[in-house]
Amino acid sequence: MKKTGAQILIDALIRENVKVLFGYPGGVVIPIFDVIYETKEFTFVLTRHEQAAAHAADGYARATGEVGVCLATSGPGATNLITGIATAYLDSIPMVAITGQVATPLLGTDAFQEADVVGISRPITKHNFLVRSVKELPEIIRKAFYIASTGRPGPVLVDIPVDVSRAVLDDYQYPETVSIRSYNPVVECDIAQIDKAVELLSGSKKPLIFAGGGVNHAGAYEELRIFAEKTNIPVTTSLMGMGTFPAEHELFIGMPGMHGAKTANYSIQEADLILSIGVRFDDRVTGFVANFAPNASIVHIDIDPVTISKIVKVDVPVVADAKTALRLLIEKSSARPKNEWNTKVSGWKGEKLYTYTSSESVIKPQMVIEELYKFTGGNAVVATEVGQHQMWTAQYFRCNAPRTLLTSGGLGTMGFGLPAAMGAAMGIDGKPVMVIGGDGSIQMNIQELATLSINNIPVKIIILNNTFLGMVRQWQELFYDHRYSSTCMRGGFLCSSCVGIGACKKQYVPDFVAVAKGYNIAAFRAETPQQVLQVIKDGFAVNGPALMEFIVSPEENVFPMVPAGKSLDDILEG
Amino acid sequence: MKRHVLSLLVENHSGALSRVSGLFSSRGYNITSLSVAETEDPSVSQMTIVVYGEESILGQIFKQLDRLIDIINVTDYIDEPLIVREVVLVKVDNSTETRREVLELCSIFGARVLSTVPSNLVLELTGATESINDFIQMIKPYGIRGLVRSGATAISRSRD
Repeated sequence: MKKTGAQILIDALIRENVKVLFGYPGGVVIPIFDVIYETKEFTFVLTRHEQAAAHAADGYARATGEVGVCLATSGPGATNLITGIATAYLDSIPMVAITGQVATPLLGTDAFQEADVVGISRPITKHNFLVRSVKELPEIIRKAFYIASTGRPGPVLVDIPVDVSRAVLDDYQYPETVSIRSYNPVVECDIAQIDKAVELLSGSKKPLIFAGGGVNHAGAYEELRIFAEKTNIPVTTSLMGMGTFPAEHELFIGMPGMHGAKTANYSIQEADLILSIGVRFDDRVTGFVANFAPNASIVHIDIDPVTISKIVKVDVPVVADAKTALRLLIEKSSARPKNEWNTKVSGWKGEKLYTYTSSESVIKPQMVIEELYKFTGGNAVVATEVGQHQMWTAQYFRCNAPRTLLTSGGLGTMGFGLPAAMGAAMGIDGKPVMVIGGDGSIQMNIQELATLSINNIPVKIIILNNTFLGMVRQWQELFYDHRYSSTCMRGGFLCSSCVGIGACKKQYVPDFVAVAKGYNIAAFRAETPQQVLQVIKDGFAVNGPALMEFIVSPEENVFPMVPAGKSLDDILEG
Repeated sequence: MKRHVLSLLVENHSGALSRVSGLFSSRGYNITSLSVAETEDPSVSQMTIVVYGEESILGQIFKQLDRLIDIINVTDYIDEPLIVREVVLVKVDNSTETRREVLELCSIFGARVLSTVPSNLVLELTGATESINDFIQMIKPYGIRGLVRSGATAISRSRD
C-alpha cells in the first residue's frame, strides 16, 4: 500500500491500539497533524505545554497499563518533553514519545528549531531511534512499542525528520512480528533460585515481604495476596508498590523509608528474611545502606538483573517476572502459621500506621486527605505532585487497588500530578480521578486547567495550600536552623526582613479560585476545618473538572521521618 | 583498581558508541582506550574497551551494557587468558648522530620503519600495551614529533 511517512505513523499507532495521543503541533510535525485531522480511531488531546503531554501519556500508562503516547515538534517541543520522559524512565513506565526533527539534509547544522533530541534523551530512555528513511519507519514504530512494553518497561523515543514524514513508501506493510537479536525480554525463572528462597523461608522466624512497582507492571497483585495470606508474612510496599497489596489488609504494614511507617521500618531492621519483589532499593527506602536490614537474608526477585545487588547485597537473586516467581513461590512454599513475629509486628502497627495531631482551628493537611479517602471510599485514582502532600497522600489515602496511586517516585517531578491525572482520566471510566498537590507544584503545569476545561475532563484538583514549598521548608526547619531560604511563597527579593509567618500581611498570590474561574472551572475554598467536608462535596458534585483549595497549617511537617543518611530505626517524630 | 579489558559486539549503527560511552561517563569513569571496527558480519561491530575502576561499580556498568538494546554481547576478560595488541606510529627526529641508535631500538623491539625523509622517521610497532609503553619511553630522548596509538584490541586464547 502506498503511504506517506506521516500516514504510516498514524496507521501504525492505530494498529498498536493507541486510544489517546497527547501532544502539541509545530513546524516539522505539520504533515503528521494533517493526517491526525481526519483520524477517528484515537482521540488527540492538545495540551498547553509539551511537558504536560509527556506526563499525561505517563499518567495514562500508569492508570491503564497500556503504552502512553505523546507527540511534539522538534527543538523546544522535544526538549519540553524531556522532564516527562525522564520521569517515566525512573519509574519504568511504558511510553512512546514521538518527536519531529528537521529534514535529514539539515541534521547537525543548527537549523531552525533543531536539537539533537536522540542525543539528549539517550540516558533517559530505554531506547531511542532516529528514523533516517521512510523505509525504516514501520519497523521502528513496531520495535518502539515492543521495547517500551516488554521486560522492564520504559520510555522509547522516535525522532522523525520532516522529509521522512513527507516521503512516500510504495509498498507499506506494518510488520506482524518483531524480533531484536540483542533484546530478549522474556526470562525463564530459574527454579533452583526459587527453591533456595523457599528453603530460606522455611528456616525463617521473622520473614517480611517488600513489594514494589515491579508487582504492578507484572499484574501480580492476586499472586502477592495469595502468597502473603498462605504464609502469613507481613507486607510492606514501596511508594511505587502502593496498591499492589490492599492497604486495609491486616498483613499490610505501610511504606518503608524516609517517611514510611514506623512498623515497616522497625520490621525491616529486625526481619531475618526479606523477600523483595520488583523493588530497586532506592536511597529514600534504605536510609543508611550499610545498616539496612542488618539481620536479614535478602531474596530479590526482579526482571532486570541490573537492579539486583546494585544497592543492597542480595543473598538469593531471582531474575524473573514477578507473576511467574510468585506463582512458583505459592506452589512450593508451605503454609506458615502466625507466630510471635506477627504479634510483634502487629504490636508496632497498633491502631493506625500513621498519626498526627488534629486541630479544630486550622485545617490539617492530613485531615483533608483522610476526608477525601472517606468521601470516595478509597474508590478513586489519585495522582500527586511532589512534596509533603505526596507523602501525606501515601500515608493517609489508603491505597487498596492497583494502579490507583500515580506519583513520581523516582525523579520526584513537581508538575507531574495535574497532567498525569488528566492522562489517567482519559484512560479509565467509572472512578473519580483527582490530583492532590501543594500550592507550589500545582503551579508548575497549571496551564493544563485549559485542557481540562475545554475538553471537560473530570479531574478533581485538590490544592493543599500551606503557602510554602513545604518539603524543603521542613528540611530547613529541622536541619538548617529555621532559615527558610526561598521557600516562602509570599516572599520575594523585596522582603527586607521576615516578620514571621503569622505576622506577614503580604497578599498570597495567586488566588487559585480566581485562576480556576479564569479557566471556566468551578472552584471552592475551605479555610477552616468545619468547611472541609462541604468543599469536598461541592467539588465532587460538579459534572466535570473542579478545583478545591484548602488553606492548611503552614508549618505542618511530614512525620515520621528518617533523616537522609540515617538508619531506618533512627526515626524523628513530631 | 584492576584493569579490565571488555570485548563488546554491538549493532553497527549510529548511536551505539555513544550509548556505551555514556554509561561510563555518567559515573565519571574515563575509558583508558577504545577501539571499534566492523566484524566479519558488516551489521556487527566489535569494540575493545580498556578501563580501570572499582570492581563493584564496573560490575554494575557491565550489567547495564548488557541491558542496552544495541549490545549483542559483553565479555569482561578480567580472569581469562587473553592476547592484547595495540599499534603505535611514532614520528621521530632524523639526524645522522642518532639514526643508528634509533634503528637499533627498532630492531630490539621489532618495530618497522614506514617512512624516511631527511627530517624524520616514521616507526610502527605492534605489541602488548607494556612493550609499546617501553618503546615510547626509549624513543622519547631522540625527539618525538608525533605519536598515535590505536588503543588495545584483544582476543581470548581459549580454544572454543
